[in-house]
Amino acid sequence: MTTTTYRQAMREALRDALRRDERVFLMGEDVGRYGGCYAVSLGLLEEFGPQRIIDTPLSESAFVGAGIGAALGGMRPIVEIMTVNFSLLALDQIVNNAATLRHMSGGQFNVPLVIRMTTGAGRQLAAQHSHSLEGWYAHVPGLRILAPATVQDARGMLWPALCDPDPVLVFEHGLLYNAEGELAADAPVVDLTTAAVRRPGTDVTLLAYGGTLRTALAAADDLAGEGTSAEVLDLRSLRPLDTATIVASVQHTHRAVVVDEGWRSGSLSAEVSARITEEAFYDLDAPVARVCAAEVPVPYAKHLEEAALPSPGAVVEAVHHMAA
Amino acid sequence: MSKDGTHDLELLRQMLRIRRFEERCVELYSASAIRGFLHLAIGEEACAVGVFQALGPEDAVVSTYREHGHALARGISMRAVLAELEGKVEGTSRGRGGSMHLFDAGARFYGGNAIVAGGLPVAIGLALADHLQGRRRVTACLFGDGAVAEGEFHESMNLAALWHLPVLFVCENNLYAMGTSLARAQAETDLALKASAYRMPAWAADGMSVRDVEDTARRAADAVRAGGGPYFVELRTYRFRAHSMYDPDRYRDKAEIERWKERDPIPALVTELTEAGLLSEATWRAIQDGVQAEVDDATAYAESGTLEPVEDLTRFCVADADADAGAEAVAGQALAESRVP
Ligand SMILES: Cc1ncc(C[n+]2csc(CCOP(=O)(O)OP(=O)(O)O)c2C)c(N)n1
Ligand SMILES: [Mg+2]
Repeated sequence: MTTTTYRQAMREALRDALRRDERVFLMGEDVGRYGGCYAVSLGLLEEFGPQRIIDTPLSESAFVGAGIGAALGGMRPIVEIMTVNFSLLALDQIVNNAATLRHMSGGQFNVPLVIRMTTGAGRQLAAQHSHSLEGWYAHVPGLRILAPATVQDARGMLWPALCDPDPVLVFEHGLLYNAEGELAADAPVVDLTTAAVRRPGTDVTLLAYGGTLRTALAAADDLAGEGTSAEVLDLRSLRPLDTATIVASVQHTHRAVVVDEGWRSGSLSAEVSARITEEAFYDLDAPVARVCAAEVPVPYAKHLEEAALPSPGAVVEAVHHMAA
Repeated sequence: MSKDGTHDLELLRQMLRIRRFEERCVELYSASAIRGFLHLAIGEEACAVGVFQALGPEDAVVSTYREHGHALARGISMRAVLAELEGKVEGTSRGRGGSMHLFDAGARFYGGNAIVAGGLPVAIGLALADHLQGRRRVTACLFGDGAVAEGEFHESMNLAALWHLPVLFVCENNLYAMGTSLARAQAETDLALKASAYRMPAWAADGMSVRDVEDTARRAADAVRAGGGPYFVELRTYRFRAHSMYDPDRYRDKAEIERWKERDPIPALVTELTEAGLLSEATWRAIQDGVQAEVDDATAYAESGTLEPVEDLTRFCVADADADAGAEAVAGQALAESRVP
């Protein structure tokens, strides 16, 4: 076991994939010479050369589309978009091409493409750099949506994502890059389909993913201090959702709080809540609760940004409210 | 050069204001009074100051996230800009936007856009509104060399030319988009040449010479105002500092930075005016003291500013039911009036 950061784990995953399969290449803005805007790919250009670590101009739509084309052409591209906010410039390519080509071609073509991007708020970067739009992508059939929240998942999810014959989007919360965790030298390949219980408990299930896993774990600590045993479930895959694991947890805790940095209306948290209601309604002792971002673009000022985002305190309060 | 040098001295003073303001921002960033992304235009002051000489109060401005200089040169108060950077209600955007999102309706300053090339289509629309209403106004749209690679740049250039819209496109070409040099991002690095393919006049100017920038921008803006359709101006400049406070700046040769610093627009103008006998030691001292006093005043103002109450968090998402009712009524009335034949 070695201690490593989320950033290093992701870099190790990229290095491993580039070594394993010569069809794999990394492409995006400032991924090479600069080393990635969050320094994830630092050193990879030197190690693998400019044919495999490709710097692009600021042309999100074109280079994401080029990733789709390269995948059709037999390559295994990893495309990095600096943040989910800029992925909107490539939304057409992702939704109208990557997600639909298999279907529209009657199964003749498939797009084995991985797109990585940073998501989330918390660094006072204001509205155009702070949004969590992964829930939108999770709406779209044809895409697999992953949210590695731990160092182990940052290390382990990329290779199976590359082995998927269809497009996979990987969302990395910006506050996680410096997070540390333990990693085994021969890290096992993780499976992409299941949610994970990160902390077992009996009284309430806190459902979180990506950046909100830490929020939920902190809330669980606080709740333990009051004698409430919270189970923390990490969704890991936002599409498809592992409904079975979600339902199983709620069936033994009888209460659920969904924690999501996306906005509440029409959100991933709404989908999770609906699945619980559809499949475990009679096991619930209280209505499902949600702690989400305030319905406002993320503001710059620190106190407002903090107030806009899910906090451990808000999760604890939601649990108190359902117990009352 | 004006005969008594009054105008040139004002250009010098404006550039110094921006320089000293941004240097203060660095200090305040180190002290954590400013957070988030902070993009400085130190070295590029001649662009902002030169371009804004060519615009009148009726003209509109669409800018980027590297816009402190644009805002100051536009006449937006230094107090309000700094208060914004410190997240205070007294700021240009009540502290909601921060460094990258300065806005001022009175100055027709439409932001502060942090999506590269995101402002260009909006500038087209502002110009379209003027065009449809028969108003002789210019919309100045500022952006960096990096924006030229985006689809929104190309779509906007075409619309402006096709519809003959009054847009002044200003590309501040500082040779880098974050860590990517122009040569590594463009097959055709002559941006004026590229722009001319859209069938609009496109000129390059020395972005390190405030006089050259002003002269070029004036000729272009006057032509746009006179109904000449869109113009494109490329300002060849350089940022002396890193892309943002997060940027380790490992992609440029230090010698290259030093070479450009020799062309610093501020000392260049000081030397020129001194040699022409238009700038005495005493005048230069007085200009510097005046600027220092303004920066100190803005610092104190921002520091003593207030934080917006958290209860107001979800305001300004859509029109407030009560607070903005007045504004809506005004807009509604204007609409009604405009329908009167
Ligand atoms: C659509 C989009 N992609 C990427 C980014 C990240 N980013 C911010 S500034 C920047 C460089 C832009 O360079 P340029 O247009 O030359 O302006 P400069 O910073 O040099 O003033 C990049 C890549 C962004 N803000 N928006
Ligand atoms: Mg640039």
